[in-house]
Amino acid sequence: MNDMSRLERTVGTKNIKMECRDCQVYYGDTHAIKDVNVDIEDKTVTAFIGPSGCGKSTFLRCLNRMNDTISVARVEGQFKLDGEDIYDRRVDPVQLRAKVGMVFQKPNPFPKSIYDNVAYGPRIHGLARNKAELDDIVEQALRRGALWNEVKDRLDAPGTGLSGGQQQRLCIARAVATEPEVLLMDEPCSALDPIATAQVEELIDELRQSYSVVIVTHSMQQAARVSQKTAFFHLGNLVEFGETGQIFTNPVDPRTESYITGRIG
Amino acid sequence: MSVSIITLIVLGIAVLGFFLGRQRALSLSASSGKRLHSLPGYYGQMVFLFAAVPALLLMTAWLFMQPILIEGRISANIPDSVIPEGGARSLVMADVRRIAGGLDALIADSGMTETALDQMRADETDVRSQLGNVGVALGSDVPVQVFEAAKEYRASSKTGSLLMSIAVLAVCGLFAAWSLLRISPDQRARNVSEGFVLALLVGASLVAILTTVGIVTSLLFETFHFFKLYPAREFFFSTVWNPQFRGGSELGILPLLWGTLYVSFIALLLAVPVGLMIAIYLAEYASKAMRSVAKPAIEVLAGIPTIVYGLFALITVGPFLRDWLAQPMGLGNSSSSVLTAGLVMGIMLIPFVSSLSDDIINAVPQSMRDGSFGLGATKSETIRQVILPAALPGVVGAVLLAASRAIGETMIVVMGAGAAAKLGLNPFEAMTTVTVKIVSQLTGDTEFASPETLVAFALGLTLFVFTLGLNVLALYIVRKYREQYE
Repeated sequence: MNDMSRLERTVGTKNIKMECRDCQVYYGDTHAIKDVNVDIEDKTVTAFIGPSGCGKSTFLRCLNRMNDTISVARVEGQFKLDGEDIYDRRVDPVQLRAKVGMVFQKPNPFPKSIYDNVAYGPRIHGLARNKAELDDIVEQALRRGALWNEVKDRLDAPGTGLSGGQQQRLCIARAVATEPEVLLMDEPCSALDPIATAQVEELIDELRQSYSVVIVTHSMQQAARVSQKTAFFHLGNLVEFGETGQIFTNPVDPRTESYITGRIG
Repeated sequence: MSVSIITLIVLGIAVLGFFLGRQRALSLSASSGKRLHSLPGYYGQMVFLFAAVPALLLMTAWLFMQPILIEGRISANIPDSVIPEGGARSLVMADVRRIAGGLDALIADSGMTETALDQMRADETDVRSQLGNVGVALGSDVPVQVFEAAKEYRASSKTGSLLMSIAVLAVCGLFAAWSLLRISPDQRARNVSEGFVLALLVGASLVAILTTVGIVTSLLFETFHFFKLYPAREFFFSTVWNPQFRGGSELGILPLLWGTLYVSFIALLLAVPVGLMIAIYLAEYASKAMRSVAKPAIEVLAGIPTIVYGLFALITVGPFLRDWLAQPMGLGNSSSSVLTAGLVMGIMLIPFVSSLSDDIINAVPQSMRDGSFGLGATKSETIRQVILPAALPGVVGAVLLAASRAIGETMIVVMGAGAAAKLGLNPFEAMTTVTVKIVSQLTGDTEFASPETLVAFALGLTLFVFTLGLNVLALYIVRKYREQYE
């Protein structure tokens, strides 16, 4: 898979979906993100790697303004989605999060049925006019989340009763159901076993057909397997950003090389 | 020897045992070259516990049993002739105890010797005035038999205490010596003290459980008496509450039960929505600074004595409701009304609901909120559709606890809703509740063994069953749904 995607990588330039310039994040007095510039391409998987506490999750949470819910966090700089500043006063963060969906580290299905979990977003945003349409959206989302065949007979069962891997795929289906343009994933596999991880990775690769995916991961192998672009963060700085193949085989910055070879981390 | 001196001696032996035990463990280990199984202190602790605990337990049991046994024997010896007409044997026994106490005082104060006391006769000396001199006033002259019984009571108590001192000290010494001799490096002294800790904890829980059992049995006993005097069917199904001092009362519980439920319902109607909204505000919207001010401020409400709430109902809420609502609408002109008591009680319950619900809402994992916000839900959508359903079992539990509190409330009802037992729908009318009637029936001056007084116990038991049922239901709901989001 790695070789194939490396071939694909060289084909054509893609549209820039999100553009981030001079980004700073402060948590109280701590300067958590310093001068980060990243372009996230459409229909591409971008991986953020780096040691714990380097700011990759913080930066990810800037992309859909989830940091707004933390009162001490302060964000500066330009974040553009399709050329529009998402921190502009006219932008409603709630609408933005419908466009830029998010999947979290720990599977967090709501204590509702599988169906209601997936239908949650579409219901809030009024995506379906009637029950039949909603059924359709739920089925499509569960198919996209590669979960349909496993749960189609028990849509009324509680989402919390699924296995860890199924729960995470349910969360992905739930995020997909609101038809986002960008999908943010914060270490989506860190709570999963290797088999569930493989399933989710396969799913991420399929999602790339329709969305721009940004994934934060601790596993360099995972970044190498699923992503086309990789950004390496260290101590709040973006050290290096480029084609995944190049970052892993021929890093420019010595810090990147040290991290990849396991000398810092 | 008095109880406190014995206790001190026992504790002294136990402390001595502690040091001896520790010393012995150390020297045994040194001489045999074996490592001690436990730290040396544990061996000392073991000797301490074996010396103190059985001896003190024996003393407690003895102190309980001795008066019962002695009184049983002496009261059987009192002839029926000295029991006054219409009086009870227990009243005579109370006299016996007081005379015995007086004789003790006589010896201590006026220097009378034991032999002089033995020769003293009720028909020859003026016992009443002698006892009066040492501060024990008796209502009438002492009959010979009662005086003799008192002397015997005194003598038996003295022998009893002497026997007790010997037995307690013997047990203390024997157990201390036995546990000292048993010490060896292999002995598991840690586990022994673990066992004592367990027994202590179980004992503490037993106190709570046995108290509940005691309360219920005493209620059951008197309720049983009541139903022997008054038909149960009338009590449970009659719609008239009309106690008479001369008998022939009608004691139907329905009007009281209706008043209780009506007042509680109004109270919950106010307390649940307001309390829940406060909880949501505090848990989800309020800033840290706001929360640290608002939460204690709201909990002040819980600290106000209910009698103060009652005053508030009596002089403020009641007249206000009468002048601005009841009279203009022509619904009555009483300042005590169901609505008054219900509203004031509702205010009292707000902190119960809000504080418990706040804790429960805070316990919903942050990942639920993140998940919902990440899908583009607003705060109130998240609360309505994710947080409240997840917190629902706990919230229901909080509401049911508040309900049992409301059902048991007395003072606010007395002062806010009045004391008239009525079945009616008009919330501006005075009504009353079960608890109020329990108070008024027990504090009236009717005879204790009459149905008018005993009905209080039947009412109490009914109330207890009601609140117990609510608590069980609350626990069941909380348990059944608790783990859903974990």
